[in-house]
Amino acid sequence: MNLKMYARANGTFGVRNRIAVIPTVACANHVAEQIAAAVETADAYCHPYGCDQLGKDLDLSFNCLKLMGTHPNNGAVLVLGLGCEEILPHDLYEAIKAEQPMTELLVMQEYGGSTRSIERGIEICRQFEKELALQERVDADISNLTIGLECGGSDFSSGIASNPSLGEFTAHLCAAGGKAVFGETTELMGAEEILRNHASSQEVFDFINSRIKAVEQVALDMHVDLRGTQPSPGNIEGGLSTIEEKSLGGVMKIGREKIVDAIPFGAKATRPGVTYVDTPGNDLACSLGLACAGAQIIIFTTGRGTPMGFASSPVYKVTANAFIAGIMAENFDLDLSDIIEGDMTIRQGGEKLWEDILRVAEGKETAAERLGHREFSLYRVSPILT
Amino acid sequence: MKRAMILSDTDNVATLLDDICEGETAVLIDAEKAEIGRIRVLNDIRRGHKTAIRAIRAGEQIVKYGQVIGGASRDIVTGELVHTHNLESLRGRGDRA
Repeated sequence: MNLKMYARANGTFGVRNRIAVIPTVACANHVAEQIAAAVETADAYCHPYGCDQLGKDLDLSFNCLKLMGTHPNNGAVLVLGLGCEEILPHDLYEAIKAEQPMTELLVMQEYGGSTRSIERGIEICRQFEKELALQERVDADISNLTIGLECGGSDFSSGIASNPSLGEFTAHLCAAGGKAVFGETTELMGAEEILRNHASSQEVFDFINSRIKAVEQVALDMHVDLRGTQPSPGNIEGGLSTIEEKSLGGVMKIGREKIVDAIPFGAKATRPGVTYVDTPGNDLACSLGLACAGAQIIIFTTGRGTPMGFASSPVYKVTANAFIAGIMAENFDLDLSDIIEGDMTIRQGGEKLWEDILRVAEGKETAAERLGHREFSLYRVSPILT
Repeated sequence: MKRAMILSDTDNVATLLDDICEGETAVLIDAEKAEIGRIRVLNDIRRGHKTAIRAIRAGEQIVKYGQVIGGASRDIVTGELVHTHNLESLRGRGDRA
């Protein structure tokens, strides 16, 4: 099955043709924002970090920014550095440029202060925009499509309607040869038996299980009851009493598919089918992990309602909660509340999702994109120590 | 008609799909929405929250989706609201560590 996507130099295909303005450090955030604000197809990948990081934490941040620069949805990149930070601007520029020829570098301490840097950055991005406008979509096999499966602001409706519909979607995607990625390790706590049945090998299950245990250990080491954080106060108010209940509803999103691979945060999915990525439950961190794994689109089910998008990838919002589908209608792409309130079946929900996602892949804007939600942050694996 | 959904044969709780008041009767439906019974509830229960479909002893497992979602922290009677006041998680219990 073919879809019309943008071809990239590194052999990947994108569903969008955007310009990434990537600040290496928090000090360059404001300049990055001002540059991106002036150019319609540019997104600023702002984050509070880039300095006072070391070891694995520093490596992960560098790697994630590199993966954002080389993400298939980006057709051009401006790396924006300050000049004295640990995420070395020249190194990041070289790493991205090796795969994405349309990459430029601007280092404020070499070029000039805020105003000059903003002006020059806008000039660079406007030139990028002209060149990108000449590019056209080409036929690409669906095996080049990776879809992120995510849930956030979950409530009772997530586990009985929207996630099972997502599971049906995943079946369509895998049957066609596409890839799906999911994570939210904390929200697999309690679903181990289901994961064991779905894992394609003992190795896959053992990796996932070890990550779940590691997250559980965090709560144990802190001597706090996880409940109230996971599930959150909103989840609890929405009917989810325990993390086990939340997880069992969440895992519905992979449907009956086998989990063919299990990878750490910052790694890419390579096999067709469903891959587990070790991301936290935190929505923004999860989106980053799934996008780094290659997700060109993220399908996001929510019961309580969240408007969040993501810088590199269109986020497609689904709910089966009739109340929130009304109150926050502008933030949703698909309302599946008829599964609970009416006669819609989960199979029908999955089909609607499948048809619409193919349209999104070929250019249909999601609500989050239309509203300008392009959130971003890095995922830290150690606290600020230095 | 007030509905409460049971997701699997071995579940001992049902999830309300409609707000229900103390004393009212809910129709129990399965995941395909076929009617499988009725239950009279003993509390006001909001949409999305759970009711016990049989008596559950303190310490007994609470089952939804055919899987354990936690343990009863006290005795629960049929028709009673099941939530954080009488259902405790068995995972992430750093408060017990």
